[in-house]
Amino acid sequence: MFNFMFNFVQRRRIYFIFSGVVITLGILSIIYSLVATGQPFRLSVDFRGGTRFEIRFDEAVRESQIREVFADFDHAGADVTALGDETAANFWQVRTEFTTPEESQEIIAALSDRVAPVDDDATSVQSVSPTIGAEVTRAAFVAISIAAIIILFYIMFSFRQVPNSIRFGACAVAAMLHDLTIIFGFISIMGLLFGWEVDALFLTAALTVAGFSLQDTIVVFDRIRENSQKRPNENYERLVNRSVLETIHRSLATQLNAMFVLVAIILFGGDSIRPFIAVLFIGLLSGTYSSIFNAVPLLVAWEKGEIPFLRRAG
Amino acid sequence: MKQRDLGWLLAIIVLVGISVWLGLNPNYPIQPGLDLQGGLQVLLAADVPEETVIEREQIDTARQIISQRVNALGVAEPLIQIDGDRRIIIELPGIENPEQAIELIQGTALLEFIDTGTQSLPEGTCVRTSMNTGPSPCELNEVGQTISQPQTYETVLTGAGLESATVQSDTFNNYLVAFDLESEASEIFEQFTATHQGQFLTIVLDKQVISSPRIESTIRDAGSITGDFTLEEAQNLALQLQFGSLPIPLRIESTRQIGATLGAESIEASVEAGAIGVSIVLLFMLVYYRLPGGLADLALIVYALLNFAIFKWLGVTLTLPAITGFLLSTGMAVDANILVFERIKEEIRRGLNLTEAVEIGFNRAWTSIRDSNVATLVICFILWSFGRNFGASIVQGFAVTLAIGVMISMFTAVIVTRTFVRLVIGGAADWLKSRKWLLGV
Repeated sequence: MFNFMFNFVQRRRIYFIFSGVVITLGILSIIYSLVATGQPFRLSVDFRGGTRFEIRFDEAVRESQIREVFADFDHAGADVTALGDETAANFWQVRTEFTTPEESQEIIAALSDRVAPVDDDATSVQSVSPTIGAEVTRAAFVAISIAAIIILFYIMFSFRQVPNSIRFGACAVAAMLHDLTIIFGFISIMGLLFGWEVDALFLTAALTVAGFSLQDTIVVFDRIRENSQKRPNENYERLVNRSVLETIHRSLATQLNAMFVLVAIILFGGDSIRPFIAVLFIGLLSGTYSSIFNAVPLLVAWEKGEIPFLRRAG
Repeated sequence: MKQRDLGWLLAIIVLVGISVWLGLNPNYPIQPGLDLQGGLQVLLAADVPEETVIEREQIDTARQIISQRVNALGVAEPLIQIDGDRRIIIELPGIENPEQAIELIQGTALLEFIDTGTQSLPEGTCVRTSMNTGPSPCELNEVGQTISQPQTYETVLTGAGLESATVQSDTFNNYLVAFDLESEASEIFEQFTATHQGQFLTIVLDKQVISSPRIESTIRDAGSITGDFTLEEAQNLALQLQFGSLPIPLRIESTRQIGATLGAESIEASVEAGAIGVSIVLLFMLVYYRLPGGLADLALIVYALLNFAIFKWLGVTLTLPAITGFLLSTGMAVDANILVFERIKEEIRRGLNLTEAVEIGFNRAWTSIRDSNVATLVICFILWSFGRNFGASIVQGFAVTLAIGVMISMFTAVIVTRTFVRLVIGGAADWLKSRKWLLGV
């Protein structure tokens, strides 16, 4: 039926190199950020502790005016950025060290007094003590690691009829980690360029990406599982390639649907979740790419003994 | 075969009926989260050295006392819960004056016995006392203005004079609270009760009446408070008598104050955008998969109705991440149908007839739907426990709606769509044979 089959698996080196380049860019940004700012990406107060003010003034104000007030409260190092429509210059974000609620109120009162009236209803203050920040960070790492391990075993179990089922689990998890690395690199670059932060919302985006990535990979793997039972004698590379081709319509249709929703939210949605949606967008693209161009070729490379240190396994 | 499909159709109609009823029922309101309606979230932690063991009773008492103080603010749906073994989370949605709330939460509650003469004050009355003539927290409205000017009474004794308080029951099985006094307090109490027989000695916590018993005899070292108590009320009173002030010092670990209109703006925009996105998806399914796509759209509407009803029924708090979780599960529901339809197309191209292709399509697609959904549920569970342990409720909301959505989508995208497809396509198989464009093949 498929006389001419596009061979997804043959050019695997090129795909691996492409992924490698993208990941390296992200990692370089993370290293640069680590050297320049002491953090791999801009961590929000959720993770590093501190206070974040989002203040809406009734009229346009200048950054220096805000900075002055914070300096008077011993927060000369405050990090001030404009939010929303930058030409309006009335909506600002300020990040400082941890402040008590009383101090936060005093600062806002002083801003209202000396800079411009503050709209309380459109202003928010979040402060997290450094202890909680550290705890949340640790918990996030533990959560992601546990998720990866449990999923590895779940896929192993689910593909147990297929020989070397651990490879399926390992390749799916590898593709998932690939996507996570890419979005962490992305947020690092965006942090350096536009001040985007890794916050609790980013964490939900990261886990969504992980979920979608797995789903994509599992669909293709499921077809490999089915085909390898139907055609046990077929050449492995050919069989895997056939499975990719058979599921590619679904991958594209699903990707397209997810993009419809995301693009609509980016175009018409509120400002505050735009970074969140952008991360999802990049992550979902990466998820589909990594399933077809990383997870599956990796499976073939493993079978053919091309992966260093794993040559003898299975 | 046919009979089973009709049975499912009936079940689906009943479920949709229940969902619509729940959806329209005002007794099950949708709760917007803090980020959508604004409000205050405070995380308090015991301010004691790391190695100090905190009794469950202590932290529970602190929670109760804070609850009472918060109730005095008149917030619609306050949430005060213990987090781990040394923290308390307080969420006050829609509160207008967060500074006042923070002050109130951190302040030390004061228990007083006051002389109200021949007057018995109903529970909940606001008073002022000679100890401290400032306004009582309960006489203020949300904006911190005094709404009434309560009377000032003489303080006889404060909670500091109590040694212990316990719940007992008398011979008629009425609950009463027995208390012991410290020696210095005993003398004051003896003198007062001896001279005020038959009058009322009112107990106030933070200048709000919790009980107003009659003095029936002279009390020296120990006394009891009778009233029309339930066991729970008596226990609460005993706790309050014992720990009028917070049993452990608490410090603020984190606060989130969100302006009321901030969330509303972004939610309106996002809901509108989400609606546009979903409409495009529905249209895409219809155009690309034709008749089955239309049936899948119908199943998707059933899916949305069921989700909405379950959110209302369980009282799920809707936050921005929670809505995202729902949208993601919608994506997975659509994906499940795409998987099935692509499979059906494949089988038809392979030469199977329509009815066979439909059956095989659903059966074969099931394993990958199952595997990927279970993987997602695993992620949800880990996220949920992560959010539970660390007050990261923002992540928890996402996990809950995603998990509910995934479970419902397995039902709608497989059983509901299959029932629709079988009934429609099965009934019109011959007619469809010459109109394959309707199937998008």
